Amino acid sequence: MRLRQRPPIDQGAVPWLLAVALATASPHAENLPPWLSLLFAAALLWRAWLWRQRRPLPPRWGLALLVLGALAGIAWHYRSLLGRDSGVAMLVLFMALKPLEMNTRRDALVVVMLGFFLLLTHYFYSQSIPTGIWLLASCTLLTAALIRLHGGAQPLADIVRQAGLLLLQALPFMLILYLLFPRVSGPLWGLPQDAHAGRSGLSSEMAPGSISSLILSGAIAFRSQFAGEMPERADLYWRGPVLDSYDGLTWRSSAQQTGRPRSAPAIESKGAQYSYTSIIEAHNQRWLLALDLATSLPAGATQAPTLEVLAREPVRTRSRFSFTSSVDYHVSRVEAAAILQQALTLPEALNPRARALADRWRSRPPARIADAVLSMFRNEDFHYTLQPPLLGVNAIDDFLFGTRRGFCEHYASAFVFLMRAAGVPARVVAGYQGGEVNPVDGYLIVRQSDAHAWAEVWLAGEGWVRYDPTAAVAPSRIEHGIVAALPEGEPLPGIVGLDVDWLRQLRYRWEAANNAWNQWVLGYNPQRQREILSRFGIPNADWQSMSASLAILCGVALLLVTVWTLPRRRRADPAQRAWNRYCTALARRGVTRAAWEGPLDFARRVAVERPHLAALTSEAARCYAGLRYGQGNSEQLLVLQECVHRLPARWRKNA
Amino acid sequence: MPATNNASPVNRILAAANSVILGKSNQTRLALCCLLARGHLLIEDLPGVGKTTLAHTLARLLGLQFARIQFTSDMLPADILGVSIFDRERSSFRFLPGPVFSQVLLADEINRATPKTQSALLEAMEEGQVTTEGETRPLPEPFFVIATQNPSNQIGTFPLPESQLDRFLLRLDLGYPDRDAERALLESGGSREQLPALPACLGDGEFAPLQRQAAAVYASPALLDYLQLLIEASRREQRFVHGLSPRAALSLLAAARAWAFTDGRQMVLPEDVQAVLPAVARHRLRLISGSHADAEDIAALIRSVPLP
Repeated sequence: MRLRQRPPIDQGAVPWLLAVALATASPHAENLPPWLSLLFAAALLWRAWLWRQRRPLPPRWGLALLVLGALAGIAWHYRSLLGRDSGVAMLVLFMALKPLEMNTRRDALVVVMLGFFLLLTHYFYSQSIPTGIWLLASCTLLTAALIRLHGGAQPLADIVRQAGLLLLQALPFMLILYLLFPRVSGPLWGLPQDAHAGRSGLSSEMAPGSISSLILSGAIAFRSQFAGEMPERADLYWRGPVLDSYDGLTWRSSAQQTGRPRSAPAIESKGAQYSYTSIIEAHNQRWLLALDLATSLPAGATQAPTLEVLAREPVRTRSRFSFTSSVDYHVSRVEAAAILQQALTLPEALNPRARALADRWRSRPPARIADAVLSMFRNEDFHYTLQPPLLGVNAIDDFLFGTRRGFCEHYASAFVFLMRAAGVPARVVAGYQGGEVNPVDGYLIVRQSDAHAWAEVWLAGEGWVRYDPTAAVAPSRIEHGIVAALPEGEPLPGIVGLDVDWLRQLRYRWEAANNAWNQWVLGYNPQRQREILSRFGIPNADWQSMSASLAILCGVALLLVTVWTLPRRRRADPAQRAWNRYCTALARRGVTRAAWEGPLDFARRVAVERPHLAALTSEAARCYAGLRYGQGNSEQLLVLQECVHRLPARWRKNA
Repeated sequence: MPATNNASPVNRILAAANSVILGKSNQTRLALCCLLARGHLLIEDLPGVGKTTLAHTLARLLGLQFARIQFTSDMLPADILGVSIFDRERSSFRFLPGPVFSQVLLADEINRATPKTQSALLEAMEEGQVTTEGETRPLPEPFFVIATQNPSNQIGTFPLPESQLDRFLLRLDLGYPDRDAERALLESGGSREQLPALPACLGDGEFAPLQRQAAAVYASPALLDYLQLLIEASRREQRFVHGLSPRAALSLLAAARAWAFTDGRQMVLPEDVQAVLPAVARHRLRLISGSHADAEDIAALIRSVPLP
């Protein structure tokens, strides 16, 4: 029975709370199973309908059944109730169903608190600028809902203005905490196992279609900023995994088998050295996509025997790496036998026609064989397209003598197969080719649509030499990018194929803004924090000096806010101030005057609840009533102020 | 705050009334306030809870001339206002005044009469005079109507329209007496018979000065601020079809003044406004659902407005 006596919810606040539920949970729709999103929408609509029709809420046992059923659904869908995704799903479920039992003001507060909590979970999935703006707006809405709950009906504009003002007052504290709170490297708490699921990028395998699906994504793979000159576009080969093992269908990286410790590869660079810093998006793999060929590596990275640069751990968050590379080089004039052997291995009994063709070239010098293959691609009826016909079991034969339509992975694959069949060590290299300079901030942006595969051939005396068979078929792919190379009418991601000038400008600005956000807001790590602090005259800040400056700045901000709000309080007249102080003092001792309660009523209540304060409070109330509502005199004001001073002593005497 | 000498007649009246109507001191005081504020009173409740007794007692105690009409559905306006009859001796018409020509008129079960008859009475309430057959006759001073009404969902009634409800300054309901009061009532066997013997507390012409003093109670700017906030809140509150009218605001102030006066004060406090608000506002505020506001709605309205 006690539950029923809780103050009921103000019906006018219900739309606010439904808006809160919608704003805080709806962005999760893309991560949730569709049935849960539908359940959420249905629950909210139902609640809104009940509110409009002024009907009673559904019975508790019905809700309990619904919760159990939905929990079972979540457990079944995620195979667990633990972990990031199922945890978020449960929070959304609670947010959907709590409004259906929202009878009391306490329930409404639960909804608001759940909303604040749900806000945080969005950062598991996205930390972009739109997310930040959405969450800021939701935070304002939550605050407004709280104001509506406690302050009663007011015009919409007043509530929103008040909420905005409150958040504005919190802004200095937010900035100070953001800048000065001692940071730890890495996440503050361990993310669950599934936190890094579903990142796109190159994989360590190349099966038919794996690159073309990547090419259709306009997502950014990484950004690079060169310290000085930038190499020519045709030299921008960003090295990813080296695929040197072929089973007739899929090219794989055998680095796991051959990756043993050895000395750094012998690199003789001939031309200029290029220094650059890359900000690599999370892709959950170890390779770092250095420009071919890296001569100096970021700290902690190693160069694999097959020359790709590997980080110690998979790249799970957006990270910065600095490299130096040379685009004109000789590498591994002397190569390990195991690697050369791997670069000659082919599956038996597949692609007989391609083998026969290669056998005819066997007597020629290796460089001439490569030229022969390239000139075949160039001069015969080969086409570059992202929509190749399907290939059979003898994929290379079908491609070379049948369909003759494909893109980089087909050409690289066929080229390497022919070279190996002709007895020349060769391998496929996956990575990215090209990129696009953003004129707004000067960064070179490399997208998933720049994904590419090319070939490397080992020539005695020269080492590994890059051959790009795609360039033979479609030279514009290398010189101008994928848009120029594709035939008319082939679909491309809208973001890559943009040719409207102002839209392109807008996109450049947006990506530059994102880049700045990534570097200055998301990438604000302990090192940057130390840099900023030393700029403000605190060199080598440790956590103690940081905490000290944190406390000092928060104090100053608090002081400023107080100074700003004080003049408003002063406007109250002396009688009002004295009475307010009296009431505040009583509230601290457990008797709170309701905002609507008149002085004499309050005094009567105090007389019942705290009999020893009856006389004092009654006198104070009478004086205040006379001052405020009658034609009071200065004597009454003195008595009232005297009462304020006597209250603590009177309290102690009887405590 | 020095107690005024005028508080004592008021207290005497209240004490005497409470000895007749048991356990209803708040309603008795509100009824007295209504008369002090020159308003008309509507009492609405089930039959047999003491509506008539309350009206009769007040009239007796205030020393006012009392008349009573029991309304029925076949009653005509002339039955209230009076008729002209032909005087053979003087060969002219002579006006026989109806029961409305009295100082306190108890209109029992007003919602049983037809709208035409109701409006004849309500016009007299509003104008303070009666016009029949082209001649206007003033009503005595003071003139109060204490109307009683059964809850209108009972069969065979004509509920008063909204605009006519507004003519009543206050509306009360009495409710069942509490256990002790009912026991006392049972033991005394009802006090209806003793009513005519009840001594008046006020002499002839003593009530009008009290009314003047009640109207002179001071209402400070802060109090008016609060009263306006309440009125505005009633207009903003979405549960009500519409808010309180300016006439309702005037009624609220007048009733709050009278309430402060019966408390022996020379100034109006927010408590006074809150005390009379249910009686002033409940019959004037209609909920979206169609019924009139109940006590809980008014309490919520009060709680939603902080004192300025």
